[in-house]
Amino acid sequence: MEVTQTWYLVLSAVLFTIGTIGLLTRRNPLVMFMCIELMLNAVNISFVSFSKALNDIAGQTAVFFVLVVAAAEVVVGLSIVVALLRRRPTATADDLVQLKG
Amino acid sequence: MDVAVFIVSAIIVIGGAIGVVVNPNPVRAALSLVASFFGVAVLFVLQEAHFLALVQVVVYAGAIVVLFLFVIMLLGVDKVEDIQTEPLVNQRPAAFVGGAFMLLLILGGLFLSGSDDGQGAVAITGQPEMTQALDAPGIKVGSATSTDPSNFQEPDSNIVSLARDLFTRNLFAFEITALLLTIATVGAVVLVRNDGAEDLVVDEPGTANR
Repeated sequence: MEVTQTWYLVLSAVLFTIGTIGLLTRRNPLVMFMCIELMLNAVNISFVSFSKALNDIAGQTAVFFVLVVAAAEVVVGLSIVVALLRRRPTATADDLVQLKG
Repeated sequence: MDVAVFIVSAIIVIGGAIGVVVNPNPVRAALSLVASFFGVAVLFVLQEAHFLALVQVVVYAGAIVVLFLFVIMLLGVDKVEDIQTEPLVNQRPAAFVGGAFMLLLILGGLFLSGSDDGQGAVAITGQPEMTQALDAPGIKVGSATSTDPSNFQEPDSNIVSLARDLFTRNLFAFEITALLLTIATVGAVVLVRNDGAEDLVVDEPGTANR
């Protein structure tokens, strides 16, 4: 038996789904960010597997850019969460409405 | 061998992901996230994306999760979240049904496109020559040119071809990421600045006389 590309794509689909379900069910904004990271990682797995299957490095370049954007997104998102949780330590995602003007 | 590595790391990836979703404690969720990221890094090595595996460990498992843990500890929000109660009626079942449908859609697209014959990538993305539509031909994925670990003189051709693609075809996008990171840094500083924090109305009960 041999690891084909389909295995990676199925794993990627499952990981993406777990991230989606977590994002929809959890209410802690920090954990919701972690679920977004899981979804980005699922996409990265399929990018790399396509890169290998097509023998083209462009897929790995895309993963590189996903990493950079994920880092920027986490920085901005966590500072929003800090701004929120500093006011109310028990805040959930619903309380983001407090940040309005 | 490959199959065993794949199965073990896939179990770690999925187990870590489930741990993130079901753990009520945010610190434990962050540590499950590290496990999941390490599994993904192993999968990258298995597909000969050595540089990305390195970056995965350093940036994701290192920097990003440390940032998460730092925020959790800074704010002292490492309390167990009550995940038994449902704030919205039927939110959980709806989320599971939606997630299941999405999984079915992705897997359906995957298998109906006839990917089992090893031509899956070609079947999904169309022509294998699609990169030739761009002005430059696609750069091949390099692999380690030497299997001798003591040979440091030969550079890993995966890194070489990744760098060649990044600094020729994607140079502009690469420069834009520098701007993006600068904007993110400035935005973070502006967002968490604490000017006049004393005037904030603390609306938590029991903290007024602290």
